[in-house]
Amino acid sequence: MQAINFLKPNRDNIKNYSIIGSVLILISLIDVISNAFLKTNLTSFLPGSLTTLFPLILGLIGLNMMRIDYSGNKTLDLLNKNINTNNFNALLTLLILFSIIKALPPSLSWMIFDANISGDSKDACTGTGACWTYIKVWFRRFMYGMYPNEFHWRINTAFILVIALGFVGYFMKENLKKYLALYYVIIYPVIAYLVIYYLISGGSFGLQWVETGAWGGLSLTFIVSFFCLIFCFPLGMIFALGRRSNLPVIKYISICYIEFWRGVPLITVLFMSSVMFPMFLPEDFFMDKLVRVIIAITLFEAAYCAEVIRGGLQSLPRGQYDAAKSLGMGYWKMHIFVILPQALKLVIPGIANTFLALVKDTPLIFVVGLAELAGMLALAKTNPKWLGFAMEGYIFASIIFWIICYAMSKYSYNLEAKYKTER
Amino acid sequence: MNNIIKKFLPQILAILFVVLIFGFLTINAQTNMDNRGIDFGFGFLSQESSFDVQFSLIEYSGSDSYARAFLVGLLNTLLVSFISIIFCTILGVIIGVARLSSNYLIKNSAAWYVEFFRNIPLLLQIFFWYYAALRALPLPEKANAWFGVTYMTVKGYYIPAMVWENLNVFLYCGLAAIISIIILRNYANNLRDNKGKQIPVLLYSLAILIILPLLSFLIGGVSLEFELPQLKKLSKISYIYEGGISLPPELIALVLALSLYTSTFVAECVRAGIEGVSKGQKEAAASVGLTPNQVLKLVIMPQALRIIIPPTTNQYLNLTKNSSLAAAIAYPDLVLVFAGTALMQTGKAIEIVSITMLTYLTISLTIAAIMNWYNKKIEIKEK
Repeated sequence: MQAINFLKPNRDNIKNYSIIGSVLILISLIDVISNAFLKTNLTSFLPGSLTTLFPLILGLIGLNMMRIDYSGNKTLDLLNKNINTNNFNALLTLLILFSIIKALPPSLSWMIFDANISGDSKDACTGTGACWTYIKVWFRRFMYGMYPNEFHWRINTAFILVIALGFVGYFMKENLKKYLALYYVIIYPVIAYLVIYYLISGGSFGLQWVETGAWGGLSLTFIVSFFCLIFCFPLGMIFALGRRSNLPVIKYISICYIEFWRGVPLITVLFMSSVMFPMFLPEDFFMDKLVRVIIAITLFEAAYCAEVIRGGLQSLPRGQYDAAKSLGMGYWKMHIFVILPQALKLVIPGIANTFLALVKDTPLIFVVGLAELAGMLALAKTNPKWLGFAMEGYIFASIIFWIICYAMSKYSYNLEAKYKTER
Repeated sequence: MNNIIKKFLPQILAILFVVLIFGFLTINAQTNMDNRGIDFGFGFLSQESSFDVQFSLIEYSGSDSYARAFLVGLLNTLLVSFISIIFCTILGVIIGVARLSSNYLIKNSAAWYVEFFRNIPLLLQIFFWYYAALRALPLPEKANAWFGVTYMTVKGYYIPAMVWENLNVFLYCGLAAIISIIILRNYANNLRDNKGKQIPVLLYSLAILIILPLLSFLIGGVSLEFELPQLKKLSKISYIYEGGISLPPELIALVLALSLYTSTFVAECVRAGIEGVSKGQKEAAASVGLTPNQVLKLVIMPQALRIIIPPTTNQYLNLTKNSSLAAAIAYPDLVLVFAGTALMQTGKAIEIVSITMLTYLTISLTIAAIMNWYNKKIEIKEK
């Protein structure tokens, strides 16, 4: 047997090296795992800081020994290529692995093993972990705000109806498809507004009136973002066209509008809607706070929408404009039948991103006193019966928002990929 | 004739529309203010504000004017934006480069980091850090020292303060060092262009940067002492640290949330920038005999930066605007101090909200203008 050369493992001594290397790595992993899960230090005989560095050093030596180019072993080659290209990479690999192992037991025990979910008061939470009872008890409040419990079906029905109406476009007959844009831009918002007004607000058809002040929770997030999206889209389209117009007055009005709203933070816009806007309304004219907020966010998002749509308009080749003009089309005919259909298809991912930003921005309406999910959390957190569960509440809300936003961003990636291939 | 109508009619209508809206709003505001007995004007700015601000960079007390309160808020906003921008850039560059790593684990951890922090609303993140994470910190008397001299407690982060003597001499020395480095660089560039000689500029600049300020300590009479935070007993159960600088938990929560959130966007910009440089550039540079370091410095980075910088500046702008969320956790920034407390006291809604909006607008437009100028400068000039 040849002498073991620590610095230069190669194909000839692959067997010795891979065995010794994997044993070393195994030892280091066992050390870390026993440390994290069993809380026993196997290397306590070593002095001071060497104990903590021990698995790292051992793992590094092991990985170094396994690093053999063109070893002929498929798994080994794959491993070397992906996590073990050089010493620095090996170190980072080990650090990531070790920190995952170290972080696993405390987070698992907090979230699952030491957590409580039974019962319906604070006393049920006896463990050292999370108190999911809190979320369970407050779940309806987080979803529906202060909306009366017995009327929650109204919100659910309204949402199902609105979503169902949104899908009508997919099932429309071929000869009606030309009215699709008209449907989505004008008819759908009106119907959706009526559905939400009559079902959620109530007041007629024997339904009890529920003030908008009682609306809240996640459903309010959906309502606000839904209305802002459907209203900001046409508005944004107008300003995008305006910005590209060759009439100077219209162009500069559009530029001023877009740059103004893009230059101010949403929170000041909300402040404006709640404290400054009432001053600008005629006397004795009352406008609901929720409506004011929706108008403010719509105006704000329309500017972002306009910039996205302008990007789509700009990316169309000049030939499209020239061809449409040479057919004798006027401005409106050209845009409605040639330019916008193509440009809007291009900007669907961008619009999806704007919508994503809109959903992430809606918790902000909390600062003007609308009890959206973040607002409900703040309310629940200060409830004297449920003090001290801020962590659970925010983790719960984060998970919900994360799922929504992640799904949306994945969907927008898919759309992007889908439309990329078509051109 | 037809053409003239087509050209001017829409413009006249647009002007009329805008004028009508503004006129309608102004008349309403006028009548509303008359009815409530409020008069329009900015005279209140010089009045005594008579409220206190928890944390301010400049001297401020209740006897100062509203204008000074505005300045305090603005400076606090700029402070938190500045710190967050530094952290988010460092983090963003690391994560962005890590996403391009050949190591499977690193690549995926970076990708999950981005997906995780990008998809949670910023307000929730701020709340999480402020109400949940930072509340779990120890009380002042139970805190362990970090790095021996700093204390992270539930009441804030206490760090030593620097006590300077003859600070101005030190600053002049630093300024002189920077100027001489610029001169040296120009000289070296000239030398390289004209005679083809290379001198190690980086080494010389580092030497200047260290030696000149060091000289100010040795000869200029500059001295630096650290004032350490000391634990002090206020009452039986309440302790506090005195001396040093205390960073309030609001600031820490805000900086943490802003930099973690924005770093994901910066990381994406960095990744797109580096991926945007075509492989052929790298190979071409290597084939003319540049060393790997030179390839990175002279070929890849200049091109990648051209792609990276504009969207990153945009992210900095977003961060500055997002820092207004500070109002939600009562960090005394522009929105809280001015559009919150000052508005509540004076009731001058229109004036105060418009000043606040105009301030943000000015910051945004200035940065946007600088960015446009920079874009024009670095644009590829094709022949």
